[in-house]
Amino acid sequence: MRRTLLALGIFVFLAAAFPASAADARSKAKAEVEFGISVAQRGLWREAIFRWKKAVEIDPSYAAAWNNLAIAYEQQGQFESARDAYEKALKLDPNNNFIHQNYDFFKEINDRAKRGVR
Amino acid sequence: MIARNAAFASLGLLLLVGCTSFQEITVETPIQAKLDVSQFQRVLVVGFIAGGSEDVDANLETVRLLRNQLRTKSGLKVIETDVLPLTEIALQQAKEPPRDGLAPVPPVDGAAAPASAAQAADKPQAAMTLPTKIRDEKDLQAYDQIFANVAFWKKLGEEFQNPLIVTGTVFFTPLARSGYVNKTQEVIDPMGVRNTETVRTYQNRKGFQLKPKFVFIDGRTGTTIHSETFLEETLYNEQQNTPPLSSYFELMDRLIPRFLSTLSSQKIRGTRVLLK
Repeated sequence: MRRTLLALGIFVFLAAAFPASAADARSKAKAEVEFGISVAQRGLWREAIFRWKKAVEIDPSYAAAWNNLAIAYEQQGQFESARDAYEKALKLDPNNNFIHQNYDFFKEINDRAKRGVR
Repeated sequence: MIARNAAFASLGLLLLVGCTSFQEITVETPIQAKLDVSQFQRVLVVGFIAGGSEDVDANLETVRLLRNQLRTKSGLKVIETDVLPLTEIALQQAKEPPRDGLAPVPPVDGAAAPASAAQAADKPQAAMTLPTKIRDEKDLQAYDQIFANVAFWKKLGEEFQNPLIVTGTVFFTPLARSGYVNKTQEVIDPMGVRNTETVRTYQNRKGFQLKPKFVFIDGRTGTTIHSETFLEETLYNEQQNTPPLSSYFELMDRLIPRFLSTLSSQKIRGTRVLLK
């Protein structure tokens, strides 16, 4: 009886603690994302990359952070990293039209960079 | 009442700004040059073998345009010199035996092509005939061998202190095509309301085709380091009378960014959406 109660107690504790930690991770990641946006708007793209990398480390399921990271990589000419980040963002949020639109623009430029050599 | 409405509007605006989960941002994507030209300080756009329409001097116009573009959009110093009549030079080289290190243009048909251009320069070939008028792409192809004449380009390079040499062929020709095209026309429905609809109509159209091949030669060695071919077309209504020179510039305008991206890094401006 005591054992059952103990197990139940542990279960209740874990159930309460995990969503809280997930929410906590998202809010920390969100703070990094927002700070990244503010620095990107001032043209500080390397700092933005640092922030958004941190955001995806804290919360790897945060599609918006992957999207922003992809844009920053694109701005820096790191096309392979940008492609990976866009693909991760789309995998996490396949119905997000903004990510699709960003990715389409990226692909168009990337194709243009590769085109023409014959 | 007005004050209350204004307060509601301000509150609404604040809520909207506060809740916005995206932010549009301008990005400048750098595109690396396809060719590493760091070992050159100067560029010589020497001339082109031109064919097709005689209404436009494609050799002269292409040299002028490329020099202008390179002067403003590349880090290389553009050498200003007379435009070489490359077609005449190729014809002369084909007729004459080698002299002063200028090798003749090797034959195109018949014997197998030499393994390298240097070999071609070492082994004098029999004189050959090239078409004096370049009417089609096949005629133009016969002239291609001049770009493999290493001795000729090396000598030219020495004259201008070993620059990057830009040359090639330009084929600019009239075009006529018939087919279905989408056309927007105004219609009035039974209720008398004006509307527009897209209809497919069969049309005879005419225009121009531009097919340049840019050849980049190392002035120090006379060897080709890169070559690139582009194709652009434009078609107009049969009734529309567009001067060939306008069409030539319209088509060159489209491919100039791709030509420049071979030699210098470009930045492409665009907008993306950052998400929160």
